[in-house]
Amino acid sequence: MFNRKSHVLLAFFLVNLLLVGLLFVHARVVQQKNRVSFLEKRKIVKELQLTDLCIFTDARYTRHPSMADSNTPFQDHPLSLEHFPSGSLMVLPPHLRPHGNE
Amino acid sequence: MTMSAFEKHRHVIDFTLSSLLRRKGKNFSLLAVYTFVIFLVASVMFLTHSIKEDAYMVLTDAPEITVQKLMAGRHDLIPLSYMEPIREIRGVQSVEPRLWGYYFDGTNKANYTLVVKKEMNNTPGAISVGNGVARNLLVKENGIIPFKAYDGSYLFLKIKDVFSSESELVSSDLILISEQDFRKIFAFPPDVATDLVLRVRNPRELTTIATKINQMFPDTRPILREEILRTYEAVFDWRGGLVIIILWGAALAFVILAWDRATGLSAEEKREIGILKAIGWETSDVLLMKFWEGAVISFSAFSFGLLLAYAHVYFASFILFESTIKGWSIIYPQFRLTPFVSIYQIATLFFLTVVPYTVTTIAPSWRAATIDPDMVMRA
Repeated sequence: MFNRKSHVLLAFFLVNLLLVGLLFVHARVVQQKNRVSFLEKRKIVKELQLTDLCIFTDARYTRHPSMADSNTPFQDHPLSLEHFPSGSLMVLPPHLRPHGNE
Repeated sequence: MTMSAFEKHRHVIDFTLSSLLRRKGKNFSLLAVYTFVIFLVASVMFLTHSIKEDAYMVLTDAPEITVQKLMAGRHDLIPLSYMEPIREIRGVQSVEPRLWGYYFDGTNKANYTLVVKKEMNNTPGAISVGNGVARNLLVKENGIIPFKAYDGSYLFLKIKDVFSSESELVSSDLILISEQDFRKIFAFPPDVATDLVLRVRNPRELTTIATKINQMFPDTRPILREEILRTYEAVFDWRGGLVIIILWGAALAFVILAWDRATGLSAEEKREIGILKAIGWETSDVLLMKFWEGAVISFSAFSFGLLLAYAHVYFASFILFESTIKGWSIIYPQFRLTPFVSIYQIATLFFLTVVPYTVTTIAPSWRAATIDPDMVMRA
């Protein structure tokens, strides 16, 4: 069956397509599996009235970006430049942009 | 006998593959770099998309309105006396004070988020901690954590329970504490809270209520839940921040490589095309060969890059990005993201990687296909 290189290529393409297709299946299966943990997180958020995800814990304004005001990155002292690594990874939240929430 | 179009393609593919394999080193190095660029872009896309989806699903139950007080442009503690006038605004279902703050553990150089949970007021001295805190302090249930209060005294609090590892994305650095202990640690005045949270009956009234609060107390800043969700939609935009600069760097390096690879036809390649044309191949046949060459490399790199990125983000917990995301955080949440894959993502990735590569190689392919066989073979 694989006596020609074009056959090998076709099989290779098909296997790859199948694997890429499997990503969709796997994602769906894991989403179903994680429903309980989603509900658990939602419950914690509701009970504790949380507003943010815990992704960065080094700076206040990246730990709680939705609560940050425009001064927080600079409030350690006047002319204190924003220096936390996570500050450069995160884009400015919409409510702090020059045109507000537009 | 005329050959069918299908047969012709098969023959050209056979020949193209043999030709590619003759220059193994060069082509495999191109494939490796191409795969790496796709892997990098795809990893960032998967990671940010999953965080955004997670945020959207988890934070839909966040408080409808959070009211913060500002003082000289900075967040300030809000007087509890603000609660009553706000509660009287039509449409407001409830107003509750939130007591929370950041505690810096000088010994471990870690930041914790201390949150008061009403139910814990009956058991002062007890705390619940996030899995990240427990991991960092090497403590378990019934362990004791010392807290240095703002008056210099020490408070020894006992861990009642630890949050599950599945909830780390929201709870990793949390410490739930009673109001008494919280006020003691921070010397928190009794008539203030960190901020206020509102529940509102009708979501369509949120903006009106926020405007009324602002008119009533101009020193406050109401934050709507919709803004919180929008924040996560925006701050993890993979097209922003430093990430995009890194990706641009990688993509440009790749374009230079692809361009160099495609323009710098080796003498051997030139001779090959010259011979092909001399034995009767037409310009269109050479272009067809170049098309298959690009297709084989692009498809292989695209699928390898995509599969590797998926494995990296969802099976290996994005280990290559860990140090970047960790930054200076001591408490680092160890969470497994839930995969979300969409046709839109795959199509975007395709347009960002395969299309530039193809565009880069069109002109050189045309030049190769229109080579004069006589001139090449005499050279």
